[in-house]
Amino acid sequence: MTLMDPGQLSAGVWDVVIAGGGNAALCAAIEAAETGAKVLILEGAPKVYRGGNSRHTRNFRCMHHGALGPLVDTYDEEEFWQDLLRVTKGETDETLARHAIRTSEQCLPWMQSHGVRFQPSLAGTLSLDRTNAFFLGGGKALVNAYYLTAEDLGVTVAYDAQVRHVAIADRRATHLDVELGGEIHTVRGRAFVLASGGFQSDLDWLARAWGPSARNFLIRGTPYNRGVVLRDMVDQGAMTVGDPTQCHAVAIDGRAPKFDGGIVTRLDCVPFSIVVNKHSQRFYDEGEDVWPKRYAIWGRLVAAQPDQVAYSIIDNRAIDLFMPSVYPPISADTIEGLAQKLGLSETALAGTVRAFNAACRPGNFHPQQLDGVATDGLDPPKTNWARPVSEPPFYAYSLRPGVTFTYLGLKVDKSARATGPDGPYDNIWSAGEMMAGSILGQGYLAGFGMTIGTVFGRIAGQEAAAHVA
Amino acid sequence: MSLDVTLQTDPGILSSDPVEEARRQIEICNACRYCEGFCSVFPAITRDKVFADGDITQLANLCHNCRGCYYACQYTAPHEFDLNLPRALAAARADSWERFAWPDGLARTFQTRGKALAAALVLGTALMFAAIAALPGGGTGFYAWLGHGALVAIFLPAFVLPLAVICVGLRRYWTEVGGLRVNWADLKCAAVSAGRLKNLSGGQGQGCNFEKEERFSDARRHMHQAVMYGFLLCFAATASGTVLHYVFDMQAPYGFWSAPKLLGVPGGILLSIGSAGMLMLRRKADPELGTPGRGSGERGFIWLLGFAGLSGLLLYAAQDSWLTGPLLALHLGGVLALFLLTPYSKMAHGFYRFAALVRDAQDQRTRGHV
Ligand SMILES: Cc1cc2nc3c(=O)[nH]c(=O)nc-3n(C[C@H](O)[C@H](O)[C@H](O)COP(=O)(O)OP(=O)(O)OC[C@H]3O[C@@H](n4cnc5c(N)ncnc54)[C@H](O)[C@@H]3O)c2cc1C
Ligand code: SF4
Ligand code: SF4
Repeated sequence: MTLMDPGQLSAGVWDVVIAGGGNAALCAAIEAAETGAKVLILEGAPKVYRGGNSRHTRNFRCMHHGALGPLVDTYDEEEFWQDLLRVTKGETDETLARHAIRTSEQCLPWMQSHGVRFQPSLAGTLSLDRTNAFFLGGGKALVNAYYLTAEDLGVTVAYDAQVRHVAIADRRATHLDVELGGEIHTVRGRAFVLASGGFQSDLDWLARAWGPSARNFLIRGTPYNRGVVLRDMVDQGAMTVGDPTQCHAVAIDGRAPKFDGGIVTRLDCVPFSIVVNKHSQRFYDEGEDVWPKRYAIWGRLVAAQPDQVAYSIIDNRAIDLFMPSVYPPISADTIEGLAQKLGLSETALAGTVRAFNAACRPGNFHPQQLDGVATDGLDPPKTNWARPVSEPPFYAYSLRPGVTFTYLGLKVDKSARATGPDGPYDNIWSAGEMMAGSILGQGYLAGFGMTIGTVFGRIAGQEAAAHVA
Repeated sequence: MSLDVTLQTDPGILSSDPVEEARRQIEICNACRYCEGFCSVFPAITRDKVFADGDITQLANLCHNCRGCYYACQYTAPHEFDLNLPRALAAARADSWERFAWPDGLARTFQTRGKALAAALVLGTALMFAAIAALPGGGTGFYAWLGHGALVAIFLPAFVLPLAVICVGLRRYWTEVGGLRVNWADLKCAAVSAGRLKNLSGGQGQGCNFEKEERFSDARRHMHQAVMYGFLLCFAATASGTVLHYVFDMQAPYGFWSAPKLLGVPGGILLSIGSAGMLMLRRKADPELGTPGRGSGERGFIWLLGFAGLSGLLLYAAQDSWLTGPLLALHLGGVLALFLLTPYSKMAHGFYRFAALVRDAQDQRTRGHV
């Protein structure tokens, strides 16, 4: 049930107290409550924004042998592991990773029996129908289903409840300081699960870690993941994993909201365009590979440009080759006119386009595959889909880095238990984005965030409940 | 290939024009697609990249206001995208019915004002009282109160004229959405969807989110089934009576084991229960997810349906008592109002919904999934 009276927070001792209200937190809460434990969820966001980044997700990656739910064929441990190894370039903990991969198979039926519904792969994502199970209605529907299940199991949920501090004595957490309604409440518990996500929404922290340019980044998910609990744990000497300076960023539409723009702000036009910075200069091979394999590097590429902005420019022949952005393109009948609308130098942009067009060579243009239609003698080159930008009207989309998550996390073992300066904590577990750096030290594998959250959220809930039983 | 991107709207700029606002939200959905499995609207959206006015009308009429996509949406208020697709499509839908109904303005009056429907009922009833007073019949049963000839003289035009107006509206609809020649397969596909109210099933039979927020329930689907099949049974009862009268020369009143009664009694019961149920569900549902400004007309319409059903049952129960006369006037008054208002009240939705389902079947057949 929803907590109405803040006084209840500190009235007694809870069995299991959970910091966070996203996928990992909910999986932990459900597992713990099913053992009969008295569980409290502290969600820092108001009810309408509950569910953190999990509310923006669409699928979860799952190992399986033979058809499972909406998934077809087989996706076995080895293939999954190799996929992970490739994207992380080895920055992963094999024991934990394999554990997550193996356990994912039993998670799908568990999710279904706790209210989650799946749907066939969405239009345009057929390539994922073997590896990723899509949620009917997306992540918010999943979050809703889990809240209802938790409610039916008697879990208490406090919204707008910001955890400020984890009080630890002798490797044991005793209570949390929780801010609700402008007051700090002491929430005592016997076991604690920390599942409050990364720190990407604290722009100051991001700027300290990455550099001042991070202030120009857009945050794709919730504004409530400000890493308050993570910072507090780090300050108390908790062991961490993952590069503290790095975040996962993709190139999204520059007009997207500062926070919570989610999936719709993505742009798919880059491979069919030329991309210039604010000085109208190209800076990277736009046609290096198909977009699903390249969109993640473009976040960093744009982040390295002045003012962290870039412009993707196409002509009339390319406008129907990709899913249009949710923002209408900026258009003009001449390149100069386009430059004017974008606030770029007309002569510089016209020069760049002219040079690019001059370097294009005839070839068989194939939008759906690497066609090898490349520029000749241009630096940087465009190695596929290099067709002159010449047929008006011309269109432009602005690009900015959009941060998905940060890599820094708490170090945990196979039982999701967090580790302090003097060894594993007695009664603190962590799950989800908050410990994902152990497994995803670098890069990203679509759908794996929800896998990590579900697997370790469930484990954390089971372990915490066993601890208080 | 070229694409008319000038149709695209800015997702951050809300519009007070129903079509423009629906277009804005549909574009956001098309970039997201998370709700694809809920109903026919989303697969239809993904077949296009930009949306002309006719596309919006078609999508709006495909939506059954199950509300699944609202509770699942990560962009609902206070998010700046302010998604409320059930409401946006409902607004565009009501707007389309009001545009298509001839003559102009009438539909808007009855869609927005329950009182206008009540007034029509009073007028209809008064007319029937007057008719009974002026034109008593010579037969038995209720023909003793109002002769068969008089009944036909009133109800034949009251049935045919509104149907003609609906046909005009449907033609306008078909032109606007760019419909093709209809074939049997499309009709069958639409009939199956409509008959099962597939678009209220949540996509997997879990039901809709009409009255229990994010919890699913089949209550609305079942109540709507009761109303729809109740109405169709009543209609079939009347039709069977007509056949008995003209083809077999059998005159009313008919006994309980006759087609008109065997169809009409369960029909009346279903219609009454269904209407009451729909009204109760509406009280629990969030009006912010329904059609803006049409709540009064929608409630009035359900009352009128329930009234027609219940008064019919009472009329049968009254048998040959002195109550037959007044009940007959009330029942026929209700039916008269219902018929005459078909093109101008929520009653029209059945026709447009069906047309939208036929059009969707065509579109799936000719373009399939992209
Ligand atoms: C746009 C977008 C799309 C994505 N799509 C996918 C996808 O399709 N598949 C996939 O696997 N992954 C996806 N991801 C990544 C995925 O969102 C995360 O891996 C996953 O949601 C992490 O779950 P979590 O429970 O750890 O964190 P979250 O779901 O972010 O939950 C953190 C919770 O902690 C709360 N919180 C934060 N600070 C405090 C505090 N101090 N006190 C109390 N509560 C606090 C927050 O309000 C929130 O409820 C996507 C991410 C984004 C941004
Ligand atoms: S209603 Fe919301 S979640 Fe559903 S498709 Fe549209 S934008 Fe996506
Ligand atoms: S309200 Fe229901 S029927 Fe209408 S678009 Fe949303 S999910 Fe589809």
